Amino acid sequence: MIIDWAHFTPWSALAGGILLGLATGLFVLANGRIAGISGLLGSLLNPKASGRLDSLLFILGLLLAPWLWLAFAELPVIEMQVGVPGLLLAGLLVGFGARLGAGCTSGHGICGLSRLSPRSLVATLCFMATGFATVFVVRHLLGAGA
Amino acid sequence: MNRLTAFLAGLLFGIGLLLAGMADPAKVLAFLDLAGNWDPSLALVMGGGIVAALLPFTLARRRTRSLTGCPMQLPSKREPDRALVIGSLLFGIGWGIAGICPGPAVVVLGSGHLAILPFFVAMLAGMGLFRWYESRRG
Repeated sequence: MIIDWAHFTPWSALAGGILLGLATGLFVLANGRIAGISGLLGSLLNPKASGRLDSLLFILGLLLAPWLWLAFAELPVIEMQVGVPGLLLAGLLVGFGARLGAGCTSGHGICGLSRLSPRSLVATLCFMATGFATVFVVRHLLGAGA
Repeated sequence: MNRLTAFLAGLLFGIGLLLAGMADPAKVLAFLDLAGNWDPSLALVMGGGIVAALLPFTLARRRTRSLTGCPMQLPSKREPDRALVIGSLLFGIGWGIAGICPGPAVVVLGSGHLAILPFFVAMLAGMGLFRWYESRRG
């Protein structure tokens, strides 16, 4: 393992992480809800889900965050790393997998681990494992990407 | 009041993702690339998030109503099951292919990067597919 010190951004990563924790903390204390983005999107797709207005407003906040950011600084570089077929396959797997697994990086990785949920620990270990494995296969066995 | 806090929580979450670097798929994939030039930043994102959320969740668990009077909707299931494991494994594969998870997908769409549209539409389709699968399972 070689650590990429040139791209390692410990302070902004830590500060960003703390903001994520505070945002999920605000949502659970004020609204009684888990800030799991896949769960919130899923509830918007389900007409029978409860608290859909709160879900919608949270997602609206997420959509508008880049515009608040733009008022103070330039947006960071954002570039897709795979072509359209890769994006389609990845999106399908992310959408279906997060709903079947009852959560994603936010709901399990941050909220679930903070409430010491054994389910979220298992889920996080699972998606981390296949995330690492997939990048290994794509970059080092198939030789694609950087 | 709870409308405002939901919106603010989303806004704060989005700013957190942007600051953390998670809106950039290259940064996420650099974290997942253990065998290449590894960028450990995202471990600190998750660590910082968990530490900051620990106290609010500990307080929330003791309440039956939220500060604005909404019912607390915390998951009660604790035991992992097959669906949780299989779903999370599939999610990780998709995450590893594109370097995008649901939160950043929404933020990137909001920033006007239309290149993310194929991912976003497919993600919603995947969620719809799950609803269909669940309704068939009964």
